[in-house]
Amino acid sequence: MSTEPILVMKDICKSFPGVVALKNAQLRLFPGEVHAVMGQNGAGKSTLIKALTGVDLPDSGEIRLQGKPIQPTSVNEAQKIGISTVYQEVNLCPNLSVAENIFIGRFPMRGFAIDWKAIERESKAALAALNIHIDVNQTLSMYPVAIQQMVAIARALSTEAQVLILDEPTSSLDEGEVERLFDALRQLKAKGMAILFVTHFLDQVYAISDRITVLRNGEFIGEYAASALPRIDLINAMVGREVNEAVSATNGASATDITNAKPFVSTQGLASRGGMRPLDLDVYQGQVLGLGGLLGSGRTETARMLFGIDATDAGTVKVEGKTVKINSPYKAVRQGLAFCPEDRKTEGIVADLSIRENIILALQARRGVFRFLSKRTQTAIADEYIKQLGIRTPDAEKPIGQLSGGNQQKALLARWLATDPKMLILDEPTRGIDIAAKLEIMELVKAQCRKGLAILFISSEMSEVLRVSDRIAVLRDRQKIGEIAGQDADEQRIFQMIAGAEA
Amino acid sequence: MKPDTFRNLIRNPLFWPCVTLTLLCAVNFYFNRGFFDIEIKDGHLYGSVIDILNRAAPLMLIAMGMTLVIATRGIDISVGATVAIAGAVAAAMIGGSLVIKDGVQTYVSNVPMPLAIAGALGVALLCGLWNGLLVAGAGMQPIVATLILMVAGRGIAQLITEGQIVTVYYEPFFFFGNGFLFGIPFSLYIVAVVLIILLLLIHRTALGLFIEAVGVNPVASRFSGIQARTLVFSVYAFCAVTAGIAALIITSNVKSADANNAGLLMELDAILAVALGGTSLAGGRFHMIGTLIGALIIQTLTYAIYSLGVPPEINMVVKALVVFGVCVIQSPALREILAKHAFRTREVA
Repeated sequence: MSTEPILVMKDICKSFPGVVALKNAQLRLFPGEVHAVMGQNGAGKSTLIKALTGVDLPDSGEIRLQGKPIQPTSVNEAQKIGISTVYQEVNLCPNLSVAENIFIGRFPMRGFAIDWKAIERESKAALAALNIHIDVNQTLSMYPVAIQQMVAIARALSTEAQVLILDEPTSSLDEGEVERLFDALRQLKAKGMAILFVTHFLDQVYAISDRITVLRNGEFIGEYAASALPRIDLINAMVGREVNEAVSATNGASATDITNAKPFVSTQGLASRGGMRPLDLDVYQGQVLGLGGLLGSGRTETARMLFGIDATDAGTVKVEGKTVKINSPYKAVRQGLAFCPEDRKTEGIVADLSIRENIILALQARRGVFRFLSKRTQTAIADEYIKQLGIRTPDAEKPIGQLSGGNQQKALLARWLATDPKMLILDEPTRGIDIAAKLEIMELVKAQCRKGLAILFISSEMSEVLRVSDRIAVLRDRQKIGEIAGQDADEQRIFQMIAGAEA
Repeated sequence: MKPDTFRNLIRNPLFWPCVTLTLLCAVNFYFNRGFFDIEIKDGHLYGSVIDILNRAAPLMLIAMGMTLVIATRGIDISVGATVAIAGAVAAAMIGGSLVIKDGVQTYVSNVPMPLAIAGALGVALLCGLWNGLLVAGAGMQPIVATLILMVAGRGIAQLITEGQIVTVYYEPFFFFGNGFLFGIPFSLYIVAVVLIILLLLIHRTALGLFIEAVGVNPVASRFSGIQARTLVFSVYAFCAVTAGIAALIITSNVKSADANNAGLLMELDAILAVALGGTSLAGGRFHMIGTLIGALIIQTLTYAIYSLGVPPEINMVVKALVVFGVCVIQSPALREILAKHAFRTREVA
């Protein structure tokens, strides 16, 4: 293994209006090594990759490829000098053939005609290099996502790449497919390619990487040899050592005694193919159950499964002791469930409609088309919640899209509270919201819980989960690995569980 | 007028459709001073305006159904074919002949007329269910899904009419397209009834809210517990039924069913009527009354072209130019430029 890095990024700085995305970030890639870049949301991983591939130019800093300074200004330019990227979502054309996908945009010509024979021959060779032997004239969409991922890699490789960047290539793959991808990566590694690998799955990091660089809040934390970095240290580096001190003092919104209580919702072995592994979960009324885990651990998937959005293929759900089949949000709402989704803009608000219409939407849906709430009733309900939740707006007729993120989130809470639900699922309710609104929303959640609502709380900020939850179910790699009572929990313990120190 | 009131008036979605219609009527009046005259003959109202209203009835009906489809982000380009099918069914079932029985002339239909009407509307409904199944059930893109019936529909209609133009001889059937009730064309009563039912459904039930919510954000609507699929399915079914009703009026009006020409290109006029009426083809907020005005704009324009004696070979070009002008005036981009300009001149002044 060579000791000279093939690619060096030094003191990379990048700021966007209002945020410093990267502050003196460093990265070294060695030939024949898989290098994982780790960090939480917003740590600067994607900004770093974008700086390297010419999508976003860095403000300052130096990039050297084989000792020569480079400054790619576009993805094409980066690709020409040997830096190839495979993005998170496979961005190929599913309706074209495998061969066409591999050569799209750079078809070899023979006079005035495309040299199809060369394309077929070379795509076969490119895939064979990854140990994939398929009919390259078939339409891409005929093949599973893992193969499509390989095709994307083959496409990146057939341009004589020296550096291959994989941005979360495994997020939509199942275990077998991941193994296949890793086999291909090992082959490339053996050929001396430098591979940069970004993922949220800890197991995968340790399965394939030789070296790990950790970023936190845009800053370079350290570069470690994978074999010399225990999981718990990696997590601490990602989260920040200060987790030790930031022990939550206030938790237990209600401290309802559940020893004799019956759970409102209880799942047994609930699972979905390619999604969650069998999950047992009990949610009690008057209690907040927090879901702890890193990104990609299956928090959102759990919520979507419970609310009937994603199909389940094993296990049962009981609501108040009765087995029910929840296979659509419509049915979930009828069981008294409510769900504030993670992506407020695309899954939550109906932007062009007024605040009033947005607030009464779920209630009206629950009542059905014909039991119509008169406009006067609608206005009364909307005004009531605008006052109660402190939604800042001149009146209820303003389109909800014009509100700030925090106020939109409050309006969505109002939408569900208006249905008088028995259980509320909150997926990242405070994402992208300023700190004052965040605290207000957390207070609202606690207040609702004291009134007897069952709450399932999801947040990528562990301190937030700790602050509100009575119990915390810890997830890792789409599996529940344990449960911990709120008063016993601190970040250290949860991260230890995630790291596998106890399970 | 206060500036605020004026601004609110301009912002009203019905403002530009009304202005366009008024302008078209003014043009008609300029060239034909008798345009607004209405006279009473045999207790019936006659006149250009009545004629336009009567002839616009089928388009108004279909455009109303189309409005709901478009509000859900969809489109139905098969309504013209549905008109041909429903018309063929109606004509084939009624047919009819003049029989002299005991020295008295009576009109006899093949099957009782109510049954024939139910048959025609039923077949139209089937067409709509098919579209709805493809769009809401199979998740096909609306334009592709309805293209299937658009292409196949006239063939189906040909099968029903056995390649012939089926003539209807049963007199009572002619009332739909040519009859008068209390001096007003009967077709307008049909339009009024459908309109009233729709307005009640939109404003007195949650249907309007749900359709708009699904049109703006189908995912968020589904996550709120709205049965978006059922809704979309029903909207296509309803749209096809409006085409079926229109087919009855058209067939009755021309006393025959022509599988090749009945409702030809009507889907485009209906979409145009919706667009002229101020409903965005991107879905969401819709304006039912605006659509009716849009349909009247199209019919008034056609009337103007014929009455001005525009040579038939170029009348489509004239129509296209006017439509182009109207669409440009209504485009948000141009309005923004105009608003900016108006604002600037006011500032200077």
